[in-house]
Amino acid sequence: MVEEKMKVPFDVEQIRKQFPTLSQQVYGKNLVYLDNGATSQKPQVVIDAIAKYYSEDNSNIHRGVHHLSQVATEQYENARATIQRYINAPLLEEVLFTAGTTAGINMIAFSFGETLKEGDEIIISAMEHHSNIVPWQMLCERKKCVLKVIPINQKGELKMDVFESFLSEKTKLVSVTHISNTLGTINPIKEIIDQSHQAGAKVIVDGAQSIQHMKIDVQELDCDFFIFSGHKVFGPTGVGVVYGKKEMLDILPPYQGGGDMIAKVTFEKTTYNVLPHKFEAGTPNISGGICLGTAFEFLAEQDLDAIAKHEHHLAKFAEEEIVKIEGARIIGTAQNKTSVVSFVIDGLHPFDIGTLLDKQGVAVRTGHHCTQPLMDFFEIPGTIRASFAFYNTMEEVEIFIKALKRSVEMLR
Amino acid sequence: MTLEEKQIEIVEEFEVFDDWMDKYEYIIELGKELPIISEENKTEDKLIEGCQSRVWLHYEVKDGKMQFSADSDAIITKGIIGLLIRVMNNESPETIATANLHFIADIGLQEHLSPTRANGLASMVQRLKMSALKAI
Ligand SMILES: Cc1ncc(COP(=O)(O)O)c(C=O)c1O
Repeated sequence: MVEEKMKVPFDVEQIRKQFPTLSQQVYGKNLVYLDNGATSQKPQVVIDAIAKYYSEDNSNIHRGVHHLSQVATEQYENARATIQRYINAPLLEEVLFTAGTTAGINMIAFSFGETLKEGDEIIISAMEHHSNIVPWQMLCERKKCVLKVIPINQKGELKMDVFESFLSEKTKLVSVTHISNTLGTINPIKEIIDQSHQAGAKVIVDGAQSIQHMKIDVQELDCDFFIFSGHKVFGPTGVGVVYGKKEMLDILPPYQGGGDMIAKVTFEKTTYNVLPHKFEAGTPNISGGICLGTAFEFLAEQDLDAIAKHEHHLAKFAEEEIVKIEGARIIGTAQNKTSVVSFVIDGLHPFDIGTLLDKQGVAVRTGHHCTQPLMDFFEIPGTIRASFAFYNTMEEVEIFIKALKRSVEMLR
Repeated sequence: MTLEEKQIEIVEEFEVFDDWMDKYEYIIELGKELPIISEENKTEDKLIEGCQSRVWLHYEVKDGKMQFSADSDAIITKGIIGLLIRVMNNESPETIATANLHFIADIGLQEHLSPTRANGLASMVQRLKMSALKAI
């Protein structure tokens, strides 16, 4: 069913040209942007699409009879279809626009939560982002459910045997990240989904860190929900997607009430609109949705296998060079890893290193990366994290390593 | 030296640096040199929790002048604290409470005092001023 489009052969220099933010200087140095885990830069086609929307097509959608409203509605729905094709969702109405991963998880936590009762169990993992922890804690408090946390080993891999032992008829939901934003671990998500299903539980995959790095096929995964943010996948901020199986979305109650999500409103009783509108109350981020579609059109043309190889190469080289620094330790050494390199250096504070790297033009993230329980597990206050994207080059990794060595020398 | 004179002195010290890294080299040296708080004063109530680095602030009033000591687990933060304390120490609570700490911006380190910077320094300055108000 997936259309085979012509792929552009991977050429990092050609790619870089399409990302205008990358060719700038900060503090008089060429910017080396290695904070892609936090957010990605945007290709010119997405930037142009944003400008085009606001200069030519701006209108509210699903409402007006007039020309512009129809143009905007059509573009918005086309974007939904582009995303549907990209993730291979069976049905268009299974692709819901939200504000981002956080908004998506909260939505499902609320709606799914309405179907739960006291004593029901929800499983997450020790490497979750706060946005896949706190909504479940809130739900557990509200519904008196039990939250179980899959532990990890020192390499940052899930203890799958413990996970299996958690599964029972009480397990209603398993919500796990596909890839850890802090460790780079790629979790055995297919195994988790299949085992959960055998136990009768539904599965949410937090795809915030995987959608930009690998081909996602929700039918192959067979997950019940797949959630991601637009801004990490070369799209705009303030928009994201919840893919949900229709059979689930049909039975879950709506999250927010308002315009668009209704079929008929009277003061006695309101009936809800059909999917996807049932979960899309109010005027959405129209430009965001349309331009996220543009980002996926852009991505669909890329050679994802070549990109994965390139990113892996960058991360591996960075790791090899980092461990040569005295006292350096990689946090997250899973067998199966994406292009995220988190590390600490004995006796040095990540904040100091991040500040000095910044002044040398290198953008990394330092701190707990919204995964405080993970920091507690490794008994560290935070890490320095370099996260690579397909537009990063080996030369940039070299600049980063040189800047890192200089920072360490200054601090010692 | 008045508080204002101390500020001007620091600004002049920093004028020799035209490179960011030299500036930070100097701040780091300041951070390394300053044993600025005794361990028994590094207690929970003196801790200012930034999102990334942590800051401890202790103060005493002696003969109507304030004496500060402080520390941080991040050395750059510590260096900047060293500068702040150099300006604020031995001043009256009134002077501190109303001080306009322009030197930080003058030497290009304003970003470190931004409340979003997550290093605890903005809260530390606030607490410095609060302690001065209390001592008036
Ligand atoms: C794994 C993971 N989950 C969830 C989120 C939250 O995404 P957002 O802040 O875009 O809602 C992030 C973003 O940092 C993430 O990396």
